[in-house]
Amino acid sequence: MNRLAQLPAEPYDDTTQQEEAATLGMWAFLATEILFFGVLFAGYTVLRLLRPDAFVSGSRHTDLPLGTLETAVLLMSSFTAALSVRDIQLGGRGVACWLLVLTAALGAAFLVIHGVEYRADYRAAIIPGIRYAEVGPLAAPKQLFFLLYYITTAFHGLHVLIGIVLLAVTAVRVQRGDYTAKSHWPLEIATLYWHLVDIVWIFVFPLYYLVGRA
Amino acid sequence: LSYLTDGNTLRSWLFTHDHKRIAILYAVSITFFFFLGGVAAALIRLELATPAGDLMTAETYNKTFTFHGVVMVWFFLIPSIPNTLGNFLLPLMIGARDVAFPRLNLFSWYLYVIGGLFTIACLLLGGVDTGWTFYTPFSTMFSNSNVMLTVVGVFIVGFSSILTGLNFIVTIHTLRTTGMRWFRMPLFVWAMYGVSLVMMLATPVLAMTLALIAVERLFGVGIFDPALGGDPLLFQHFFWFYSHPAVYIMVLPSMGVVSELITASVRRRIFGYRFMVYSIIGIAVLGFLVWGHHMFVAGQSMYAGIVFSILSFIIAVPSAIKVFNWTATLYKGDIAFGAPMIYALGFVGLFMLGGLTGLFLAATALDVNLSDTYFVVAHFHYIMVGGAVMAYLGGIHFWWPKITGRLYSEAWARFAAILMFLGFNLTFFPQFIAGAQGMPRRYHQYPPEFALLNVLSSAGAVLLAAAYLLPIGYFLWSFRYGAVAPANPWHAEGLEWEAASPPPTHNFDEPPVVTDGPYAYTHP
Repeated sequence: MNRLAQLPAEPYDDTTQQEEAATLGMWAFLATEILFFGVLFAGYTVLRLLRPDAFVSGSRHTDLPLGTLETAVLLMSSFTAALSVRDIQLGGRGVACWLLVLTAALGAAFLVIHGVEYRADYRAAIIPGIRYAEVGPLAAPKQLFFLLYYITTAFHGLHVLIGIVLLAVTAVRVQRGDYTAKSHWPLEIATLYWHLVDIVWIFVFPLYYLVGRA
Repeated sequence: LSYLTDGNTLRSWLFTHDHKRIAILYAVSITFFFFLGGVAAALIRLELATPAGDLMTAETYNKTFTFHGVVMVWFFLIPSIPNTLGNFLLPLMIGARDVAFPRLNLFSWYLYVIGGLFTIACLLLGGVDTGWTFYTPFSTMFSNSNVMLTVVGVFIVGFSSILTGLNFIVTIHTLRTTGMRWFRMPLFVWAMYGVSLVMMLATPVLAMTLALIAVERLFGVGIFDPALGGDPLLFQHFFWFYSHPAVYIMVLPSMGVVSELITASVRRRIFGYRFMVYSIIGIAVLGFLVWGHHMFVAGQSMYAGIVFSILSFIIAVPSAIKVFNWTATLYKGDIAFGAPMIYALGFVGLFMLGGLTGLFLAATALDVNLSDTYFVVAHFHYIMVGGAVMAYLGGIHFWWPKITGRLYSEAWARFAAILMFLGFNLTFFPQFIAGAQGMPRRYHQYPPEFALLNVLSSAGAVLLAAAYLLPIGYFLWSFRYGAVAPANPWHAEGLEWEAASPPPTHNFDEPPVVTDGPYAYTHP
């Protein structure tokens, strides 16, 4: 049954209005997310300009192959998320649910790969405040790089985790047949969120893995 | 069946989705915090009544003004008008049944309460001494007080602010009734739109910055600590990127309220409606670009200082447009001096004085002398207390009959409004002089030559306290014994006056249809 078309929630006149509100609400929420991450990116820019040497030295510690793999996994997950929306738009041929499950699984894979990176960092003792054994004149400023790296990737990882739960719930609803080609905004906004998670990573990856590690 | 009588259990209040009931929940809780912050203010004025530090130690004094600042900024001023009057009136004014996300609205209130509990816990465990600004590295490396608790409390209440802003933006975009076009919206709704943009886009920066402070304290690392390679100036940039727009979170809603109060009391259309709208949006946008004027003496580059100074002068333009247009609305008007109008006129005068002294502080050379003196304290109290609190109380009086269905005692209300205006000026005007003569802020003792000015200020604080307590008395009396109010006791324009007083749970029996712009008063 299509549950959405039947009952608009309390303050709305009809489901179109509800859809508009929910979609705008998600976009507005994404705008606030950009400002949350914006602080970390601004901090990165300022501190990098202050201590370029330490940042260059720090960025040699990130794992480029694993980072590239993570990027590929996350981009692929955004692709499968978009495909699942497309499937519902075309009337739903039963693959939308599995595409969402695949998206969530790719998200989980991303977190696992990141966990591998964190474990290697712990062994190399480059986690400020927890296990940090760098020495030399750059030890103090280098921890700024690592600190921002951990805060940014952990905050991003938290978003991935929330996204996985969101996608799983949406997958169940798709399977239950809640959405039709005309009315499927909860699916739309869930994938919108997932794309933001992806886009943020597109900025994290070059800043921490690619720039100036030569 | 009005929203007040639709369910009498505690449960029906604590789990309500009705924007009007949530507004009442906010009103009660922010009043509590207002008096809590007020007690701290009273203690500060009591200490400063004599030059010697005789009432409390320097440390206790630091904790007192920090508590006063934290509570008044985040638990009173920021939520004051948006979360009470805004919650109550916004859906009514645009002809909607509720805000777009009613459950999110209730959730915002719970976040506010949880944040408040953290702050009270901090007080009970001994307080925090960093000042409401949490400047690093003092807040991260040196302070031994309850910085973590306070930071967590403010972090949580920040989300209440973000979600309210988001809710209002979506409400205004999607729930306007038939015929309520953008340029037919009352200025209060426009002010809510402007303030929501600021709450939504500035507060995340504060939240993230406070989270970074928490990380620094927990793990002993230093993004902002120069001893560990970090940059304390970066903290100030982040902090003021939120906290300067926060001033507009306090003042934009006041401007919206005052526009409603003045038009209804003069019975005229607002002068230059479109320019009033543009200046609201102009202030909201420009407000993001002036934060550096808090850091002229903090060591930012001279060129940054010059740019921030120019931008700060520019933001005075839309503010001045508003003052001129309110004045022009009064011109040749048939002015009724009810309590709301006295508050509104008080707002215009005090806001103007606060704004003009802001220009002194925006001038880079002059600011070197005035920075961290009582001149700054007087300046922002003119904006926040003289401006925001006056407008808030004016609004509460104006819409009291709508909210409660009762009329208040006009004589008492006028008396309190005038007493407040006098008490306010007596409290804060001497501080301009003391500051200009060089009295620094944030000390519990001072040289004896400032004694007279401080005695005047403390005496004014007594009047001010009395003027704040009076409304509690006559409002409670009115709520129980006041004359029953008709739907539109002031014969004011606006959709909220078409609903019953107090409105039923779903506001309107039929969705209203709008055919004209706001303030369609016919002037004799």
